Amino acid sequence: MSHLKYMKELNSLTRMDDAIKGPAPRWQKKHLEASNSSINLSLNASRKVISGSFVNTSNGKTPTKRSDIRTKRTPSKANKKSPMAEMLNLLLVTGRASTTPAKTPSGGDRFIPSRATTNFELGHYKLQHHADQDGDKGDNISPSKREMQRLIGENFHGGDINNMRVLSYQNKAPAPPEGYQNPLRVVYSQTKTPASVKASTRYIPQAPDRILDAPEIIDDYYLNLVDWSTNNILAVALGANVYLWNAATGTIEQLLELEGSDYVCSVAWIQEGPYLAVGSTLGNTELWDCSQMKRVRVMNGHSARVGSLAWNSHILTSGCRSGQIAHHDVRQREHLVSSINAHAQEICGLKWSPDGKYLASGGNDNMLQIWSSTAGQSSQTQPIYSLNQHQAAVKALAWCPWQNNILASGGGTADRTIRFWNCNTGACINTIDTKSQVCSLLWSTTYKEIVSGHGYAQNQLTIWKYPAMTKVAELTGHSSRVLHLAMSPDGTTILSAGADETLRLWKCFQPDPHKKKEPSDMKSVASRLKQSIR
Amino acid sequence: MTETQQKAKCITLKGSAELVKQYLLYGINSILYQRGIYPPETFEPAEHFGLFFLMSTDDKIKSFLATVLGQVEEWLVQKKVYKLTLVITNVNTKEVLEKWDFKVDYEAPVSNTVTIMAGGDSPLPEVGTKDVKTIQKEIREVIRQITGTVSFLPLLDCLCSFDILTYTVPDCGIPKEWDETQPVFIANSQEVQLRSFSTSIHKMDTIVSYKNN
Repeated sequence: MSHLKYMKELNSLTRMDDAIKGPAPRWQKKHLEASNSSINLSLNASRKVISGSFVNTSNGKTPTKRSDIRTKRTPSKANKKSPMAEMLNLLLVTGRASTTPAKTPSGGDRFIPSRATTNFELGHYKLQHHADQDGDKGDNISPSKREMQRLIGENFHGGDINNMRVLSYQNKAPAPPEGYQNPLRVVYSQTKTPASVKASTRYIPQAPDRILDAPEIIDDYYLNLVDWSTNNILAVALGANVYLWNAATGTIEQLLELEGSDYVCSVAWIQEGPYLAVGSTLGNTELWDCSQMKRVRVMNGHSARVGSLAWNSHILTSGCRSGQIAHHDVRQREHLVSSINAHAQEICGLKWSPDGKYLASGGNDNMLQIWSSTAGQSSQTQPIYSLNQHQAAVKALAWCPWQNNILASGGGTADRTIRFWNCNTGACINTIDTKSQVCSLLWSTTYKEIVSGHGYAQNQLTIWKYPAMTKVAELTGHSSRVLHLAMSPDGTTILSAGADETLRLWKCFQPDPHKKKEPSDMKSVASRLKQSIR
Repeated sequence: MTETQQKAKCITLKGSAELVKQYLLYGINSILYQRGIYPPETFEPAEHFGLFFLMSTDDKIKSFLATVLGQVEEWLVQKKVYKLTLVITNVNTKEVLEKWDFKVDYEAPVSNTVTIMAGGDSPLPEVGTKDVKTIQKEIREVIRQITGTVSFLPLLDCLCSFDILTYTVPDCGIPKEWDETQPVFIANSQEVQLRSFSTSIHKMDTIVSYKNN
């Protein structure tokens, strides 16, 4: 009978998918009544042995009658035999796993954790959290690492930072005013000048091409004593004389000499033709025909010296020391078209725009006025713009040759700036501090550049790139201030008249040889094509 | 006692602290001017130690420096301060661009300090052996070097403000309106050590660190 029972049990054991039948076996009940730990111990032990005997079964299925009996017996047996030996013995004899749970002594010498009662997530979290806190305190780092950190800290702080306190006063010092710029920027950016010089590929000779003597040239900022005609003749007023220097041939002729203590205050060539206007200390404006070396007419109209002259086709405009501007129509018997009280003090700069629409006048009253000439009447009594930004007398005036509405103006010793104006709007487009008196300004016709003549300290000519206003070159050589500038009709040469009684010719606007060659190359290609077609 | 000191041209601990404070005041003003942190119009020249310094005329800066350096002088006498750091930060990004460390070393034995702190009437106040003239000469040389640093320090091309951090002993009390802060660092910085001077009681090292681009 027992044998049959055994077979039946074995059968039910091997059928793993069967539901657990009947009431819980006695051994289970008994162990449930016992302490938690003992259940764990026995359960775990049984599982281990089961896996060893290749019988894959759940804990609940193992019990048999025999195991019950065994369980009862174990304590006594366990005392005699080692549990392991007994287990092995059992397995050998019966080939059954179910007997094992009872084998384990309740007070076993192994710790078998209770997985059911262990809160793994909480435990894991607590462990991790604890480790983090330790990391913060630096408790769990190796001594060598700690030493390393200490050394790094000492290097950083110049001492052990943990033994120091870093204190600061809470009422902080104020920040610099908004929009304030570090003045040292000038020192750092000053070095950029030579870089921009290098950037321009054109070669600009640093020495003058020729030096002419100009004895007795009057060192007076308010006069305009040099002009270069379209016929390539340079008129220079030296004291009471006017000389004509033919730049092509190099011949010099004396045009006139004033009598007494009078001297020539200004010279101006008409745009086309041999006529030269000469302003004198008496307030007269003389008109000379230089092809015949004859005086054509004398035009009065001023009470003081005429320091500036400007032509607009047949209209000759003269500026006087009294601040008056007079427009003369040189064709008419009654030459005086209009007379305006333009400035409070002497007029030293006077220029018509290239299209003849605007007249710019600068005076010793630090004003720059812009007048418009509407068709029919050559001027109006009110300037369209009256600009007072310059801090000193405005002598240097130049209209941009490629943008008719752009005017450049330079101020005297107290001002030292070059300003650019848009005469359509009256707005100052750009201003640049030259650090030196601006005596004269001229635009290049070959390059987008402007050249300025300066006084103290370097008495140099500066060539600026427009509109960036970076320095292209500085031409030094004059030992006294550069009073006047004039440009040759071909636009390649600049003449500067210095107060050191020299005239220097600078070949600074030589056209680029590579650019000139291009059109000729194109032509030759075209002609070759023609030949081949034939 | 004081008369003999005067004759011997010795320097007391208090006098030394005052000299160090003056050095800090002129040095910091020079830095503020030379580095262009504040507009040059707000500085005016003043002669000290036979050298012309440009001192800020801004009332807020003046009072800030007076408070901080007054407190530092006190700590110098008590030998509680290790280091002073002038931090120059970008106002907008709060990035530290430059820092000037003034490290203090105490050369004389510290034993007398307690008595001086207690009364000041101790029989043996600390006395240095160095002539004031020599100390001032040394200070002049350091200040000249500070002026010379403009030639290699990078341009501070933004609005900058400054702060002074004081590194003190841990048991130093925190005065009113003072607070504990964090030390500052400049990542990848370049350091230049300037000359140091000594009053024979306080030894001063000046180090400038700046951002290495």
